[in-house]
Amino acid sequence: MQANNRFRLFSISSVWLWLGLFALLPNLALFLVSFLDRGETDFFIPVFTLDNYSRLLDPAFIRIFWDSMYLASISTLVCLLLGYPFAYLLARSSKRMRPWLMLLVVVPFWTNSLIRTYALIIILKTQGLINKLFIWLGLADGPFSLMYSDFAVFMGLTYTLLPFMILPLYASIEKLDVRLLDAAKDLGAGTLRSFWHVTLPLTLPGIVAGSILVFLPALGTFYVPEILGGATNMLLGTFIKNQFLVARDWPLGAAASTILTLLLVLLALIYRMSSRKAAETPLTEKGKKKGAADA
Amino acid sequence: MKENNGPILELRGVSKYYGSTSALHDINLQVENGEFLTLLGPSGCGKTTILRIFSGFETPTKGEVLLNGKVINDIVPEKRKLNTVFQNYALFPHMSVHDNVAFGLRMQKRPADEIKTRVQEALRMVHLENYAQRMPGQLSGGQQQRVAIARAVVNNPMVLLLDEPFSALDFKLRKQMQFEIKHLQRQLGITFIFVTHDQEEAFAMSDRVVVMNEGYIEQIGSPQEIYEEPENLFVARFVGEINILEGVILEVQENNAYLADVGGVTFPLRTRRNFAVDEKVLVLLRPEDLKIYHPHDEDLEGPHLYGRINESVYKGATVDLTITLDNGQRIQAAEFFNEDDADINYNIGERVAVSWVAGWEVVLDNAGE
Repeated sequence: MQANNRFRLFSISSVWLWLGLFALLPNLALFLVSFLDRGETDFFIPVFTLDNYSRLLDPAFIRIFWDSMYLASISTLVCLLLGYPFAYLLARSSKRMRPWLMLLVVVPFWTNSLIRTYALIIILKTQGLINKLFIWLGLADGPFSLMYSDFAVFMGLTYTLLPFMILPLYASIEKLDVRLLDAAKDLGAGTLRSFWHVTLPLTLPGIVAGSILVFLPALGTFYVPEILGGATNMLLGTFIKNQFLVARDWPLGAAASTILTLLLVLLALIYRMSSRKAAETPLTEKGKKKGAADA
Repeated sequence: MKENNGPILELRGVSKYYGSTSALHDINLQVENGEFLTLLGPSGCGKTTILRIFSGFETPTKGEVLLNGKVINDIVPEKRKLNTVFQNYALFPHMSVHDNVAFGLRMQKRPADEIKTRVQEALRMVHLENYAQRMPGQLSGGQQQRVAIARAVVNNPMVLLLDEPFSALDFKLRKQMQFEIKHLQRQLGITFIFVTHDQEEAFAMSDRVVVMNEGYIEQIGSPQEIYEEPENLFVARFVGEINILEGVILEVQENNAYLADVGGVTFPLRTRRNFAVDEKVLVLLRPEDLKIYHPHDEDLEGPHLYGRINESVYKGATVDLTITLDNGQRIQAAEFFNEDDADINYNIGERVAVSWVAGWEVVLDNAGE
């Protein structure tokens, strides 16, 4: 018991220490800096101001914020529409097929995402794969480029983030008891209605988790829009990066970053609410979970 | 419901194959309207497959399924006027008890006030009227079971299918639910088809029992027929303890009476089956059919076998005896206490004489199993 308790204390506190030191502390620092003024020679000077936040009300920034939200939302939606059927197939595939399908999801992680984003250029550029395919199919008669557009950024985001949608969806669909679908059919619900009334509500936690895991990076990533979107349209991630590395305006960058963090907190709350609603597990299972937590 | 004198559900020559393995062989079964029919058999015997063919979750490889005289092979489960109580209840965890029970009626797009009254009525029937707003996760196993039953019967199905519904309940609750289900069936007057591997459960509830094994129907009959007149060794063994003695027919008499050599002693046998002289037979006797005597008892008359008490277990209502006959075979006997004969306690190793209530034996031909 003694050794067990000490091990527990050690493992929990080390994780807390790690998170505190490398996640909480920098975020806290960022939060503080967002209320400080810019200095001539320093990155910031210890003078309290709300100026950074009021500067974010600038139409140019609101435009950036709006564009980013729009692009991230569309990417999330498309990831969801592409990811759900695949995750469903994956969860319902045979034991023999499943590792292979899972491999399809995992394989992209074997290459650095920056490199994969560069690889997308080959596909999207003038005389790229898509261009050639369209010409071969007779859908286009000359060279065209898909690069440096919202579409390219959207492609990049969707491609990079799709696995983050599929994995939580898979986890929640796999947990879904197929006998519930039998019960729905038995009670007169067709395929569509049993999906709507049973499958969808019970996999909602997966949908929300996947959407958060796609939406937030889509909002904050800077290399994908930068490589594929060029200089045409700035997005939130690029904006924040620029404040820190180019404009040397740490307080403004910190303020924008804080807004992003608050958005994350908000989404996390939504997730908790949705999963609590769906997690009315049977008594016995609840007992088990409680027992496991107590042990 | 339309008046129909034919069977409510029928299987005609139904076979089911999964790839090359077969689950059902040429099954013919008629379910009468209003009866409580139980499909009984060990796991893997095909009883659940039959239930799933009725509900539409499986389609027969060969043969026809008829509901109320109409072939329903191609009708999807959601269009069949049958409802199922699933083995694990399969309640929707994200819906309240009320919404679970209302689900079927909502799918039929019944008006809201009708749904409300019918759901309440169904919940009252299973004594859960005060639990309508609970979530399934907040109910005990027995209560979840009742919700599952209410959710099925609220739709007024032509037939209710129950797939081992009590397997997750403890012994006492099981007994109680058996009683309640039987009561419910009488009250509703609809056909119940019940699947179980527990013969006591089958006997306690059913009008008719279908004993199945390895995809075949072994016997169909009332619980009493199944227990007292098993048609073959599988049925005899599956529905309780049985002693099997080997014998040879010595003489064929009138009215299906025979004389046979059983264990070196000549016994009279009665059976509706026909045998010839010198034919080998098996004499099947339930433990409670055996009569045990002290060897020098004055009541002792007629032929009997001798043996020694091997084991004696006091069971309250009975004493269960294990006896080794002189030919080495072990048999089981159950002696009931009664006022006339209080002396049914035997010592281990004591010599006893064994016979049986004349005419209660089942005689099968010894096909050399």
